[in-house]
Amino acid sequence: MNDPLKKRITDTIAKGRVMLFMKGNPSMPQCGFSAAVVGVLKEIGVPFESFNILADNELREGLKEYSSWPTFPQLYVDGKLVGGADIVRDLHARGELKKIVAGAPVASA
Amino acid sequence: MTPDDIKARIRTALPDAEVDVVDTTGGGDHFSATVVSAAFLDKGLVDRHRLVYAALGEVMRGSNAPIHALALTTETPDEYRQARQ
Repeated sequence: MNDPLKKRITDTIAKGRVMLFMKGNPSMPQCGFSAAVVGVLKEIGVPFESFNILADNELREGLKEYSSWPTFPQLYVDGKLVGGADIVRDLHARGELKKIVAGAPVASA
Repeated sequence: MTPDDIKARIRTALPDAEVDVVDTTGGGDHFSATVVSAAFLDKGLVDRHRLVYAALGEVMRGSNAPIHALALTTETPDEYRQARQ
């Protein structure tokens, strides 16, 4: 991966403490998995930023390589990948997501 | 893709794994899989999923990858037993 793309990826991840890369945007998700993660984040009431990967193919493909994670959504907290839809739902069901977004270390990563 | 294709790829990378794959829509592109392997021991969920994604390689990467979605459950043999007691 070239350095400008890598920098663009890390800068985009840093846009929010809680940063969601998704298909579509929170008010109009373009995929059920992305919608599910938006729903969970809204349920726990944490402010988050989002990025629509459908609108930027270079960043979309680059981020897959950067994170060794081939699918979206991808949720980052403090720059660290928390997971995709399965993991986010699982952590939420166990009450751990709230602790992670509150700043607890990501024990599951 | 068929569930058996996916199973075979995962078992090539994780030979001890018990793998159960379901084609959730019948369309050959959305799947759910449960993978039980000792390779997951002492690994968090993100790294567990990465192991499975790496095993699947190009069939999950790229915009034309045959697998569009894969819901994953990853457990160690001990976790698998405890969850079903």
